[in-house]
Amino acid sequence: MQAEVSEVMRRSLRRDGAPPPPRAGEVRTARGRRSLLLRAALLMVLATTAAPAHAFIAYVSNEKSNTVSVIDTDSWTVTKTIKVGQRPRGIDFTRDGKFVLVAVGDDDTIQVIDAKTQTVVDSLPSGPDPELFAQDAAGKILYVANENDNTVTVIDLEKRARLGDIQVGVEPEGMTISPDGKTLINTSETTNMAHFIDTASRQIVANVLVDARPRFAEFKHDSSEVWVSSEIGGTVSIIDPRKHEVIGKVTFEIPGLRKEAIQPVGIGMTKDDKTAFIALGPANRIAVVDVATRKVTKYLLVGQRVWHVAFTPDEKYLLTTNGVSNDVSVIDVAAQKVIKTIQVGELPWGVTIAP
Amino acid sequence: MIRWLVGLIGWSLAATSALAADPVTIGVGYLGIAGTRSTLSLVEQPAENDGVAGARLAIEDNNTTGKFLNQRFTLEERRIKEGEDVVQAASALAEKNGFIVADLPADALLKVSDALRDRGTLLFNVGAIDERLREADCRANVIHTAPTRAMLADALGQYLVWKQWKRWLLVVGSHDEDKLFADALRRTATRFGAKIVQERTFEDKGGARRTDSGVTLIQRQMPVFTQQAPAYDVLVAADESEVFGAYLPYRTWDARPVAGSAGLVPRSWDAAQDQWGAIQMQNRFFKLNSRRMTALDMQAWTAVRMIGEATSRTNSGDVRKATDFIKGPDFSVAAFKGTRLTLRDWNLQLRQPILLVDGRMVVSVSPQEGFLHQVSELDTLGYDRPESKCKLK
Repeated sequence: MQAEVSEVMRRSLRRDGAPPPPRAGEVRTARGRRSLLLRAALLMVLATTAAPAHAFIAYVSNEKSNTVSVIDTDSWTVTKTIKVGQRPRGIDFTRDGKFVLVAVGDDDTIQVIDAKTQTVVDSLPSGPDPELFAQDAAGKILYVANENDNTVTVIDLEKRARLGDIQVGVEPEGMTISPDGKTLINTSETTNMAHFIDTASRQIVANVLVDARPRFAEFKHDSSEVWVSSEIGGTVSIIDPRKHEVIGKVTFEIPGLRKEAIQPVGIGMTKDDKTAFIALGPANRIAVVDVATRKVTKYLLVGQRVWHVAFTPDEKYLLTTNGVSNDVSVIDVAAQKVIKTIQVGELPWGVTIAP
Repeated sequence: MIRWLVGLIGWSLAATSALAADPVTIGVGYLGIAGTRSTLSLVEQPAENDGVAGARLAIEDNNTTGKFLNQRFTLEERRIKEGEDVVQAASALAEKNGFIVADLPADALLKVSDALRDRGTLLFNVGAIDERLREADCRANVIHTAPTRAMLADALGQYLVWKQWKRWLLVVGSHDEDKLFADALRRTATRFGAKIVQERTFEDKGGARRTDSGVTLIQRQMPVFTQQAPAYDVLVAADESEVFGAYLPYRTWDARPVAGSAGLVPRSWDAAQDQWGAIQMQNRFFKLNSRRMTALDMQAWTAVRMIGEATSRTNSGDVRKATDFIKGPDFSVAAFKGTRLTLRDWNLQLRQPILLVDGRMVVSVSPQEGFLHQVSELDTLGYDRPESKCKLK
């Protein structure tokens, strides 16, 4: 909270035209400059010996600013802001880690950011208003949910060509693919279903009714369950992907908070399938869920209107995008504590981290 | 219409090839009055398909869902002309349709609901905002997706009070419904601590809404009409009859904002609403109807979606099962308003946030922050359970 306030104050200072506050160690005399150099050298020595080598790069889509913020997970600072198309939301690294794909809904396309140069280099022929997408295990095929025309578009990532469409329910949104790559799950927000699609035949094999406005789907790593969040229903449905049945539900209750404010969206599951982190939207919290018992063990207060989450590859940290407070919260996964808040662009929505 | 038909044909082709069993058909009737009312603003003049266009979109949405559940929805529209018997028309509609979406004045709606009571038809009131339909004259076979005058007045009042515009100059039209809206606004002022510093009546002396001489006369009349008022923060107009309200903004003697029937207006929906995924809905509506979506369209869409929600959750086209589900504790519907909408079980009124709009933008959405309630903050809008005079039968 403290960090947030001071960040806002600094930003407003700059906006007022006042000079930025001097950074620690910054002096303007000749002697000072030498001492700065010396300090820098010392710091470098320290860094090479003490700092962990696991710095990752996170990309955050800012729905309102039409930008993507690049975050260095070592310094926890925004190192670059990339201009993209209109209304960027769904964002994901390609499997090879070379590119970042970002769905820019109001431009009816998916843009391709080169991770090396951090610039937009290409775009993909998605259908109208793409929001979320999923890649097959090989990273060759992309499945895109197109909110405006009730279809899932299939795209060949190498050829950048459209292979076909699959008709689904009204306002398709959540997309995930089973670990074996055989089943694609799409959720449709107004039809309130999870559609199970066979990726070989591209046919729907089952439709499972869940609670209102399903927004996000996530497989357990062992493929035994699919978790689907219902934003308006306020629950997470757990589906058996073989029987195509809802076998359980995660419910949420936060003392002092009205039920309508609890609107689950993003889900992150640890690789050992033991813990799930679920973003609760305007409840401003992440629910920590014990996957075995399907019970919430803890609520972590993050920024306002938390949308989506992403783990660092070492699973030490979880990043959350907080739409209304325009920041990203960093959660220490082991300690289950929020350790940091980073200001990004306006209305941050999606987040992905380099593999 | 054509698109809808094409959709249906496409759907039936898909159905015959993919499904073995015949789909369950769920008939929805739409009952309204022929002709449209005149508004002061030409851009607000309702289209002839106002309301039913929303129902038609919801039928499409329901059918997209229905193809996965082997359910098929149809819409039959009936418009009553002057002199026609509404009960007869309703009974004819009820022959094939277990659900009827009604955009009728209060008295006609009551006649229809009483006539269809034993038949088990479920009615949705999408047009009438009269309090009495949810209070003394409430009916067990009528669900209300239209908000009430008190809900609209409270939604506006909460914002005005939050804005610290607590001194209201109330200007009331001379027609009955204007007076009813004024009653609702007075109740709101008392509830939320605003003060009506003075009331004025604007007499309707007749006259055309469109004239060639245009604004010249209005520009002289409105400042004179609003002069010598006690100190006030906002002029609140109650003019449901569209006689003077829209003439007030920018023409008051004192430089004050206008709210109520003009200026900042409370509505269940607006063409400018684009939050909470509403843009998809607005796009779908525009594509289907080549015009923007009104509050009445939304109230009809919500009614037909409630039917679709009930038939998909119960996996049945049975009206009684659907009715029980809608009235039951597990019912909720998503309608692009940022929260689930549920029914007040004591009078079957749909709880809903109310938008405050200025004709171009959504200025705010009520309930406002800080207006608390032990059950649902949506119940800070309109009459609450303890105040209700409704006995459902």
